[in-house]
Amino acid sequence: MSAYPIRHARWLAPGVRCLIVEAPRVARRHRPGHFVIVRPVEGSERIPLTVAHADADAGTIMLVVQAVGATTRQLCDLEAGGEVRDVVGPLGRPTELERFGHVVLVGGGVGTAVIHPQAAALKKLGNKVSAVIGGRSRPYVILEEELGRICDAVYPCTDDGSHGFHGFVTARLARLIDEDPDPVRAVITAGPVPMMKAVAEVTRPAGIHTIASLNPIMVDGTGMCGGCRVQVGGKTLFACVDGPEFDAHRIDFDDLAGRLTAYRSQEQAALEHLRQAVGEGSCRLAGAVARATGDALGA
Amino acid sequence: MKPAERLKLPRQHMPEQPAEARARNFREVNLGLEDRAAINEALRCLQCRGAKCVGGCPVGVDIPGFLAALADNNLAEAARVLYAANVLPAITGRVCPQETQCEVSCVRGNKGEPVAVGYLERYVADWAARHWDQVCEAAPPTGRKVAIVGAGPAGLTCAGELARRGHAVTVFEALHKPGGVLVYGIPEFRLPKDIVEREVDKLRRLGVRIECNVVIGQTYTIGDLMGEEGFHAVFIANGAGLPVFQNIPGESLKGVYSANEYLTRVNLMEAYRFPESPTPVIAGRRVVVVGGGNTAMDAVRTARRLGAEEALLLYRRSRQEMPARAEEVKHAEEEGVRFTFLAAPVEVLGTPEGWVRAVRCIRMELGEPDASGRRRPVPVAGSEYEIPCDVVVVAIGTRSNPLLTQTTPELKLNRWGYIEVDEQGMTSIPGVFAGGDIVRGAATVILAMGDGKRAAAAIDRYLAARS
Ligand SMILES: Cc1cc2nc3c(=O)[nH]c(=O)nc-3n(C[C@H](O)[C@H](O)[C@H](O)COP(=O)(O)OP(=O)(O)OC[C@H]3O[C@@H](n4cnc5c(N)ncnc54)[C@H](O)[C@@H]3O)c2cc1C
Ligand SMILES: Cc1cc2nc3c(=O)[nH]c(=O)nc-3n(C[C@H](O)[C@H](O)[C@H](O)COP(=O)(O)OP(=O)(O)OC[C@H]3O[C@@H](n4cnc5c(N)ncnc54)[C@H](O)[C@@H]3O)c2cc1C
Ligand code: SF4
Ligand code: SF4
Ligand code: FES
Repeated sequence: MSAYPIRHARWLAPGVRCLIVEAPRVARRHRPGHFVIVRPVEGSERIPLTVAHADADAGTIMLVVQAVGATTRQLCDLEAGGEVRDVVGPLGRPTELERFGHVVLVGGGVGTAVIHPQAAALKKLGNKVSAVIGGRSRPYVILEEELGRICDAVYPCTDDGSHGFHGFVTARLARLIDEDPDPVRAVITAGPVPMMKAVAEVTRPAGIHTIASLNPIMVDGTGMCGGCRVQVGGKTLFACVDGPEFDAHRIDFDDLAGRLTAYRSQEQAALEHLRQAVGEGSCRLAGAVARATGDALGA
Repeated sequence: MKPAERLKLPRQHMPEQPAEARARNFREVNLGLEDRAAINEALRCLQCRGAKCVGGCPVGVDIPGFLAALADNNLAEAARVLYAANVLPAITGRVCPQETQCEVSCVRGNKGEPVAVGYLERYVADWAARHWDQVCEAAPPTGRKVAIVGAGPAGLTCAGELARRGHAVTVFEALHKPGGVLVYGIPEFRLPKDIVEREVDKLRRLGVRIECNVVIGQTYTIGDLMGEEGFHAVFIANGAGLPVFQNIPGESLKGVYSANEYLTRVNLMEAYRFPESPTPVIAGRRVVVVGGGNTAMDAVRTARRLGAEEALLLYRRSRQEMPARAEEVKHAEEEGVRFTFLAAPVEVLGTPEGWVRAVRCIRMELGEPDASGRRRPVPVAGSEYEIPCDVVVVAIGTRSNPLLTQTTPELKLNRWGYIEVDEQGMTSIPGVFAGGDIVRGAATVILAMGDGKRAAAAIDRYLAARS
């Protein structure tokens, strides 16, 4: 069976890789908010990744992957000229985009890849689009240039103040809401769970329409297994078919955060197994992974 | 052999892996009949005229026909007769609920035990796999293209039948591997995956294209297939899907699974080989499975094999009402699975870290019969109690999967969201047919195959009328 050739591969930040993959069917159908499920090599786990950009004419999609465990690391190990074993999609419901007025996109770490396609689409609809993007320190702020070409304003933030705003994205968002002459009508956020939870709290008092893109553990991505279930407004919904984006003010983020830790000890074992199989010495990624593992960027 | 002599022959036993050993491995439980035993079993068939057993089989296998050939030790002929009606006998011989279909109708069951049709079907099919390459010739190409949605038993059967008739068939499958429930649901110890692969390979050699990683409703719509993609007809066989949860407190706890997820992790993703296979599963020490069907039975027996010291099946009705195949219930018991009848969970209890620690249950008693004719379980007030456990698997059924139907508004659904079809298997959209679980709700492999076969004939007629 056919695999999915990799046209380009480069590092965006330590442990964060950008892959341009040939997947013409996905590219043709892609709308902002869609994701794919990927298996890097035969035998790999199935993992969900957002389509960070799609080029229907070239038949390619862009994936931005943070190496956090065995499967994302296998993916980051791939090079241009190689191939991804399986790519299925586009999955999920596209983001409900409209002419809001002033929209703020809040991305943390690789969550910035999720908001990237939304920025362009929102701009096209005639919105004023601001992006608040965060990372631990300067190298971890990604896609700033790309977003700069699309958005009306980009506000990079770093935890250590090495670049842009010194502090969390939530603080910068709060300031924008207070100070921007154009009232913020909608916020779309993607990133680590604690960050999205905090964003929801920033926008709740003013009742600003807020959408969060959730990242529960998935298996099939087609509604068959129920592993991706999340609690929204007191109801159990399946993120892969009902989401992955939901009204942030109604999401039970603690429930999601809890479920994401279900396999922590096995994830360590899988990583250890992969390390031994690959051979630690030969692995370029080892350092990057060690830095990235368990470290919620931008949170 | 005279009927009186045939009547004297006892039903042959299926050799099995010893229960002790098999409760800890994933190899097939049933080992298959020896040659002599198979012939003796075939000799038990009385070759009835107007054989009742045939009416019990949803695809009408000529049972006396293939048994007569087998009794003569003419395996090639037995295989020919069998395959004429059933393209996947190695699978149905293993998983059909024979005790409610062909075997229940066998006259020998009136006094004593019915002929073991399932065992013999499996025997002939396994022989055929080793000795008889029965890939039949495809008819000359008709120039017609048919798309099939889903590579489960319904889709695969329909694909084979259409390819034989010379149509160009493409099967679109959402997962990375074809087979449907046969690969992600039914475990290796009941249906070895290489058997499914063998059948899929046969279809490929017949010219069927199988394209994995395509989700119809997302990657393409039905409209795309019938339009831009140039297919002349479509058969929808995407299965039932969406697991049902009870909506009781605690279902988000770590260690609560739907049976679909639990089985998919173990079967399709091979979590039983973790960490060689990178997909994990929480292997509980004490596992409670809720339900009473084949799915529940597969989950609870899987739990034993993953090392559970205690694997308990919790069913809200009594043993008689359990819909699972009789053989699975017997095997589960032998493997040390415990059963608790007339009880249902009301809450899953967790540790402060969010892991399952127990289920709270309530006892039931049987009241008046409900719509299904089975006596309705009624909770007994004040009878709650706790069962300590660390994994809970919910196997109480599935709903229709809306992924495809919601992007195809013209498709007429019934009130449960399943697709409506006419006697031909055609949906409300001309040229678009459907069958299997997405039409029937959770049913069986052979019914799905029967639908696939009927739809293929109808599609063939539809295409002929239009060319
Ligand atoms: C809709 C969606 C879109 C996503 N988009 C991106 C993206 O664009 N870029 C990106 O780098 N990551 C994205 N993720 C997260 C990504 O899927 C996980 O990081 C990945 O599955 C981890 O796999 P692993 O084997 O490398 O790590 P593991 O060792 O398995 O896990 C590391 C951490 O990732 C989480 N995780 C594990 N398995 C899954 C899973 N199947 N699904 C989700 N989270 C999991 C766990 O909470 C764990 O803490 C997305 C997730 C979802 C649901
Ligand atoms: C655990 C378990 C055990 C069972 N045991 C037995 C048994 O012992 N005996 C028996 O007779 N029956 C059994 N059944 C029931 C039987 O497996 C089903 O009735 C049968 O598989 C239905 O066949 P199908 O072809 O309709 O669908 P499925 O087998 O469900 O196949 C549907 C296929 O379509 C794919 N798909 C779904 N959506 C899309 C889409 N949008 N685009 C493309 N592809 C899609 C799915 O990935 C899947 O591969 C069992 C079921 C389960 C879950
Ligand atoms: S296909 Fe199933 S029901 Fe029909 S004869 Fe074979 S085992 Fe019996
Ligand atoms: S009913 Fe029983 S005995 Fe009669 S033909 Fe069928 S299998 Fe043979
Ligand atoms: S990932 Fe299986 S239902 Fe969503």
